[in-house]
Amino acid sequence: MKSLLNFLIKYHVFFLFLILEIFSITLIVRFNRFHRVSFLNSSNVVSASILDKYQGVVDYFQLKRINELLADENARLRNDLQNLQLESMDASIEYDSIGEHFIVVPAKVIRNSVNKQHNYLTLNKGAKHGVKPDMGVVCADGVVGVVLNVSENYSTVLSVLNGRWAINAKLKQSNQFGPLKWDGNNPMYAYLEEIPYHVRVLVDESVVSSGFSSIFPEGLSIGKVEEVAHSPGETFQTIKIRLSVDFRTLFYVQVIAQVDKNERIELENVTGNE
Amino acid sequence: MSKNIIWHIGLFVFSVLIQVLFMDNIQFYSLVNPYFYVLFILLLPINTPRYLLLILGFALGLTIDVFANTPGIHASATVFMAFLRPFMINTANIDEQEKTISPTIMNMGVGWFIKYSLVLILFHHTFLFFVEIFSFHSFLNTILRSVLSGLFTFVLILLSQFIIYRK
Repeated sequence: MKSLLNFLIKYHVFFLFLILEIFSITLIVRFNRFHRVSFLNSSNVVSASILDKYQGVVDYFQLKRINELLADENARLRNDLQNLQLESMDASIEYDSIGEHFIVVPAKVIRNSVNKQHNYLTLNKGAKHGVKPDMGVVCADGVVGVVLNVSENYSTVLSVLNGRWAINAKLKQSNQFGPLKWDGNNPMYAYLEEIPYHVRVLVDESVVSSGFSSIFPEGLSIGKVEEVAHSPGETFQTIKIRLSVDFRTLFYVQVIAQVDKNERIELENVTGNE
Repeated sequence: MSKNIIWHIGLFVFSVLIQVLFMDNIQFYSLVNPYFYVLFILLLPINTPRYLLLILGFALGLTIDVFANTPGIHASATVFMAFLRPFMINTANIDEQEKTISPTIMNMGVGWFIKYSLVLILFHHTFLFFVEIFSFHSFLNTILRSVLSGLFTFVLILLSQFIIYRK
């Protein structure tokens, strides 16, 4: 017993090293979508408020750029509105306005990264503003990511630039769908996988969200086909996608969630009976 | 003595803030990610007990992890670096009464400090990038990223020495 104790004392540094390393590796392995380490992320109070304050200062210097982006978006929305008004005059066309099915929470990005293997965003909206895990995050240019952790005032978002998940995307022309994955290198490109060889893929063809999951509605822009390659020995085509969102200049995003379909039908029935 | 402790607490906060507010925003095609915060481990006093080095390394790494949403990755790399530090420190011959000083460029000389910091930074970065990608899949690319980022961190730390310890 005494010699065991002596042994432990003699090599205490090495054992401490092993214990700390094993603990760290456990943290790494356990951290995925299903085992969320709830307090060790940037939506906790201390780190999020530091980032928020700092982003406030940085934003001041970016005001001109942000203004330009907002003005652009305004112009585009006004354009869309005009088109919709024209369409709605034609009584034969029926369409669903997005506002009926989706809750939209505007939010500001207070932290973002594109140079890691697994990139995350931190937003300045949280549970208090109605943000919940698994809600979709979009910006004016297209799909940004999905909400991972939520605290009272902040939330963290799994970015598209993160190898831990894939969005279900489809080609607009052929309606063929597959997972869109980021390979960890260039923040401007991702790859659309599992598209079989018989499908003709055109360069510059649009890639949009498929709408098969309840996170994103169908038809949100994701990117455009940049390059199609046929590598020998592969079952599927290698399709390189130029992402429509520039992740290096994200300032404002919207958190969206589909209002529960059943809830909506129930509500409509109740109103109809009265 | 207590003045020394306060100075190192200040250095801890300084390293973390510089890292999360400025260094994390540096991007060159995802090849260069400097991790400046290792400065804190490099500058701990020479006679810091080895167990304390490990614990401080773990605390520093975990703090960076919390900001970067990467639980465990920075912690494991920084503990690894803190474990290696005494081996590098032993390459210098120092008098017994001088052991309370920090191994800075002014105290130890340019040549020794370059060797000391470059070796530790490269070990830290290589460990970190391999743990981050968690595979040997793109081995050469990861080595390239480690070396480029390591060199960049090294230059920043060298420059910071001249700013912090200006005479």
